Amino acid sequence: MSRRISPVIPGFGLTLGYTLFYLSLLVLIPLAAMFIKTTQLSWDEFIAIISAPRVLAALKLSFVTALIAALINGVIGTLLAWVLVRYKFPGRKIIEAMIDLPFALPTAVAGIALTALYTPTGLIGQFADSLGFKVAYTPLGISLALTFVTLPFVVRTLQPVLADIPREVEEAATCLGAKPLQVIRYVLLPALLPAWLTGFSLAFARGIGEYGSVIFIAGNMPMKTEILPLLIMVKLDQYDYAGATAIGVLMLVVSFILLLFINLLQRRISTTS
Amino acid sequence: MTSTTLANPSAARVAQRGNVWGRRFLIAAAWLIFTLFLLLPLYVVVNEALKQGLGTFFTSILEPDALSALKLTLIAVGISVPLNVVFGVAAAWCVSKYDFKGKSLLVTLIDLPFSVSPVIAGLIYVLMFGAQGWFGPWLQDHDIQIVFAVPGIVLATIFVTVPFVARELIPLMQEQGTQEEEAARLLGANGWQMFWHVTLPNIKWGLIYGVVLCTARAMGEFGAVSVVSGHIRGMTNTLPLHVEILYNEYNHVAAFSVASLLLALAIFILLLKQWSESRINRLKASAAEE
Repeated sequence: MSRRISPVIPGFGLTLGYTLFYLSLLVLIPLAAMFIKTTQLSWDEFIAIISAPRVLAALKLSFVTALIAALINGVIGTLLAWVLVRYKFPGRKIIEAMIDLPFALPTAVAGIALTALYTPTGLIGQFADSLGFKVAYTPLGISLALTFVTLPFVVRTLQPVLADIPREVEEAATCLGAKPLQVIRYVLLPALLPAWLTGFSLAFARGIGEYGSVIFIAGNMPMKTEILPLLIMVKLDQYDYAGATAIGVLMLVVSFILLLFINLLQRRISTTS
Repeated sequence: MTSTTLANPSAARVAQRGNVWGRRFLIAAAWLIFTLFLLLPLYVVVNEALKQGLGTFFTSILEPDALSALKLTLIAVGISVPLNVVFGVAAAWCVSKYDFKGKSLLVTLIDLPFSVSPVIAGLIYVLMFGAQGWFGPWLQDHDIQIVFAVPGIVLATIFVTVPFVARELIPLMQEQGTQEEEAARLLGANGWQMFWHVTLPNIKWGLIYGVVLCTARAMGEFGAVSVVSGHIRGMTNTLPLHVEILYNEYNHVAAFSVASLLLALAIFILLLKQWSESRINRLKASAAEE
């Protein structure tokens, strides 16, 4: 069944066996247990749980706020990647090193820091307040928290691709008379789009499942600012295991379809360009 | 397009000048984003922590509950990271050194925990080991507690950090190929000698990089641990959970004090990461020269 790249290197059986054993024990069997648990519900019961207004409101909120965060990152992440790869300027190294901060910082710390920053008495929140809109305890606040925790995805997937596009290609296009927008449209966009989509979808998927950074700034009002992962927590606190499991399955299926869709889109783009 | 094609020097110069301003604008925008999104949250954490002076700061991070949370966090990191290192090396080994059917499926499965919400990561262990779970009755009969106790916290931490080491090692080992290992074997080294003296030195920096990322996540995991912990003060609280409890009790100074401790660890981790990354790049550069 297996063909070794090289016949003299030992350890195939041992390493593959251990990998499969470890993954099954810790990841696959527990995940399967969740799906099996839902089969204890009848189809009608399952539908009744996931189509409850509170669940649908949470699903919509999680989906929309994660989408907005991923789109914001799609713009500022591209800008950061571009600046970091193409320009030398004071402080470049600091920004470069700090981009990964959202991955290194515990999400709960990010959550309380952003809340303190955006409440009406906070450093940024007071400006928003004087302009008459609220950030903390609204969907806007949730999107901001998600933007923070998913910031590195787009930057880090674009950077290596950008570094691989020789500057000469753009210069050649400019010398041949292409306007800056044409350079972006015909030279940069086709090369960057697949990586951009990868970063975007990673940020989107992480945003839908994110919990720690969001619950502090969200306010957690049912039907208004209650995200889907929080709803699982609420059900668990009420010992409603069936409800929690059904929502868990819903979340997994939604993010799976999403990743599949973006994967297909990516494949179409890379075959047409 | 063809009419403006051939060398139009003034157009090139205009584009160049436009570039300078565009460039300044973009750099300024990058600094603005960096300050607003990354620096300000850091400033807020430190500022809030020190609001009542250094004395309160130190009492907050040295009180018994905080210390026991620190201890539990260290236990979770100390168990989950070594286990995932062994797994990561084994997984990267079989993926990068051999060809077999279903390899891409295996790689997808290794990455799977990244696309699962942390809350679900906690939930699945509650469904397995909780009082109403599959093994619940059996565990109760034998007086073993997993959920709402330390083992559950460790399990949830392992789950969310499974892919980190493997993910860093797989591309690195694929790039390195198998020639050096083959040479070692042909010169008479046995499997373990080959691993210790040839493979390990080659993957050292990638391994350190993976360990750093894995440690960061294990230390800071919140959602998954929150589900299985039960929030028993002094017993099943990790540092991030301790921050949450303090914050919800409106003890903001203490919450931000503990948070700034985690922040300091995060900055330390970023420095380690930067260092191991630069070593990897140096190795790659010297390999390219050869």
